[in-house]
Amino acid sequence: MFNLNKEAKLAYTMLIPTISIVFLIILFPIFGNFWLSFKEVKLGDLRAPQPIIKEKLKTKDIEPGDDILIEYRFKNSSQKKPIFNIEITDKISEFISPVEIAEGCSVNNNLLSCYFEEWKPKYNEKIIFKFKANDNFEIDNFNPKESKPRGVADADNILTNLKFSLKNFQKILQKNETIENIKVTFLYSFFATIGALLLGISAALLLEKNFLGKGFFRGLFLFPFVSPVIAVAFTWVYILDPFKGFLNNYLLNNEFISEPIFFLGLKKVDFLGFDFPFTLFIVILFESWRYFPLAFLFILARLQAIPKDLYEASDIDGATRIQQFFYITLPQLLGVISLLFILRFIWNFNKFEDIFLLTGGNAGTRTLTVQVYDEAFALSNMGTASSVAVLIFILLAIFVFIHQKIAPKDIEE
Amino acid sequence: MTNNIYQFFFIYLYSIITLFLLAVIGDFVSISIFLSKNIFIYKNIFLYCFLYAICFFAIRIIITNQVSNIFIFIISLALSYFFLINKEINAYQLLIILSVFIAFNLLLQKYFTAKNFSNFLFEVSFLKFLKTNSLIFFSFIIIFPFYLMFVSSLKSQMVLLQNPTDLSIPFFYSISDFFSSYIAVITQYNFLNFALNSTIVSFVTVFVSLFFSIPGAYAVARLRFAGRSKISSSILIIYMVPAIVLVIPLYVIFSQLGFRNSLFSLMIVYPATTIPVALYMLQGYFKGIPYELEESALIDGCSRIGVILRITLPLSVPAILSVSLYVFMIAWNEFLFAFMFLDNQEYFTIPRGLYTQLDDQEVPRQYLMAGSVMITVPVLLLFFIFERYLVGGLTAGSVKG
Repeated sequence: MFNLNKEAKLAYTMLIPTISIVFLIILFPIFGNFWLSFKEVKLGDLRAPQPIIKEKLKTKDIEPGDDILIEYRFKNSSQKKPIFNIEITDKISEFISPVEIAEGCSVNNNLLSCYFEEWKPKYNEKIIFKFKANDNFEIDNFNPKESKPRGVADADNILTNLKFSLKNFQKILQKNETIENIKVTFLYSFFATIGALLLGISAALLLEKNFLGKGFFRGLFLFPFVSPVIAVAFTWVYILDPFKGFLNNYLLNNEFISEPIFFLGLKKVDFLGFDFPFTLFIVILFESWRYFPLAFLFILARLQAIPKDLYEASDIDGATRIQQFFYITLPQLLGVISLLFILRFIWNFNKFEDIFLLTGGNAGTRTLTVQVYDEAFALSNMGTASSVAVLIFILLAIFVFIHQKIAPKDIEE
Repeated sequence: MTNNIYQFFFIYLYSIITLFLLAVIGDFVSISIFLSKNIFIYKNIFLYCFLYAICFFAIRIIITNQVSNIFIFIISLALSYFFLINKEINAYQLLIILSVFIAFNLLLQKYFTAKNFSNFLFEVSFLKFLKTNSLIFFSFIIIFPFYLMFVSSLKSQMVLLQNPTDLSIPFFYSISDFFSSYIAVITQYNFLNFALNSTIVSFVTVFVSLFFSIPGAYAVARLRFAGRSKISSSILIIYMVPAIVLVIPLYVIFSQLGFRNSLFSLMIVYPATTIPVALYMLQGYFKGIPYELEESALIDGCSRIGVILRITLPLSVPAILSVSLYVFMIAWNEFLFAFMFLDNQEYFTIPRGLYTQLDDQEVPRQYLMAGSVMITVPVLLLFFIFERYLVGGLTAGSVKG
């Protein structure tokens, strides 16, 4: 009925802008991340080495016919790398003409241009150029600084050259910290997911039936999820503060505890003979609190889609409510729970802000994402940071693969 | 009969827990609204609940008719009087406990008046308690942080330090004192500028993201072309890409291109990260629109573009609204990219500004809380107005958070 080719063509034109922007901002950076992880790039290397030129007038009280000395200072911005094919241009005043200028430079139509083959690292030299004031020289209109000298040069850019090494991976895998961080990340993602799912299921079961004020509660339950992470994280940090915080003071006033608890600063607590990661536990609680609304929404939607006759039939057979929950409701929810588990696990695995804002990665809560940030900006090493990011990517891929193999399939999809 | 004793015991235990929980909530309400300091002693509340439950249990076992209500009423009065006189419990808490107890009593009625205590009745009443308790518990853990954020932002530094457990709203302040933290945040910390930046970035993100995702979503939902299924499944995979994997290379690339430290960089990145979400939500909705409508327009000689503009878009206003809201919220709340990219104060968005300017031990906490309230209120307002659309949209396409 319709021309298929025409339709496909239209579809491609409609999709191309979307695909290209996603490609540019998402897929290309992923590739860039892999690229960077094989290069030893420091934060400082992001600025490519370039020539720095400054000029300075050395002569004062100039009369027409006098000699004028202008000092040019040439410098290589990099301490480590040479630059090549340096071209410098500077507009000079029309009131002066060159007398003695450095080798490699020439003046043409009031334009000084110089060419140098190579400046070594740390190259820094002052060269005095001698000019002569013309007869029409006017001191008021003479300003050698009115145009800034410009320089362009080629440099070996570490970001784009083809030198690769595995040193970044060696470095991060040799750190004891990395293995510890992987463990923390898994614990955190797994238990925060479980926590969010448990809270979500209970909340959904609460609001399953229609009652007065259901809409209000449904809106209320979504608050933690829609509020900005920075606001809720700061509020919880404030509540849990050991000295100024509400919780510690409340517990102290009621004599439940005799001294303040450092909720966000206790790496290990001895609990029945083994080390319990206390702060990690608190962070997991926060995470469950913040993300249960999503699980709640999904499970509620699925709950309301369960056919009512299943319950009616089991009622006639004399099943109790608890039996109904375990034999009807839970199996029906299994698909959506499995989907939510994988989604939440991946998103928790990728989460950076929450932990960063709560603890900054201290007290045994440094996940891999926080490590990426620390490597990049605290240790100024972009290379190792991206190799940690690659590690995240690979671990995620493995996890998704395993989940695909063993997870129950959603009936709907 | 032994089964019944267990059930009795269970209900009895449960009533203590319920009362205790309610007493704690009552304590929070009283320190927040009435008294502004807690004179609450857990030992006494627990004792009160315990005695109350014992009386209740005993009377119910002995007498199972209407007279028992009067008995319970008299005993509860006596108990309350005793606790009040000894100042072991305050009047407000008592009021809250008692009023809840009446409701509690009515619920139990059914269970105790039934001639044989069937498992069914036991379960029903047990689940009812559980539901009530959980509803209170959930509401409490959600409302409490937001309430504390709001109340702390109104306090003065001195009050906050002297009595951190005071949750009352200081109504006796003059208007300027009441909002002093807000005024300070706006005048001293350049907050309006941050808000303006955030607003600009968020609106641009919404428009760009809609502009790209509407045609894309329509193509995926309606048009037949090679690779369609691949595209719709790869949208989901793009959801999973960690932002932290993008941020380092984007930092490097944007630094090289020279527009890292600008709002423009955010206006590129935010739409790119929200387009897949928007596309997924929209295509789900587009698929739900009856195709016959579009088909008949096509047969009548309307072009595809005409169909989209005249039929599909007007029909999907709710979906577009919910997508816009969702994208707006993502852009407004976003922290990671703003944190990494922006250096100059003049370009800060609110989350970035809050982090650098107000999260400092030197800055009084009430300023931080005032800033937090100011970033949260617009989002929650929008959310409450458009909640219905948003909830539908969120579940229509699985959504990232």
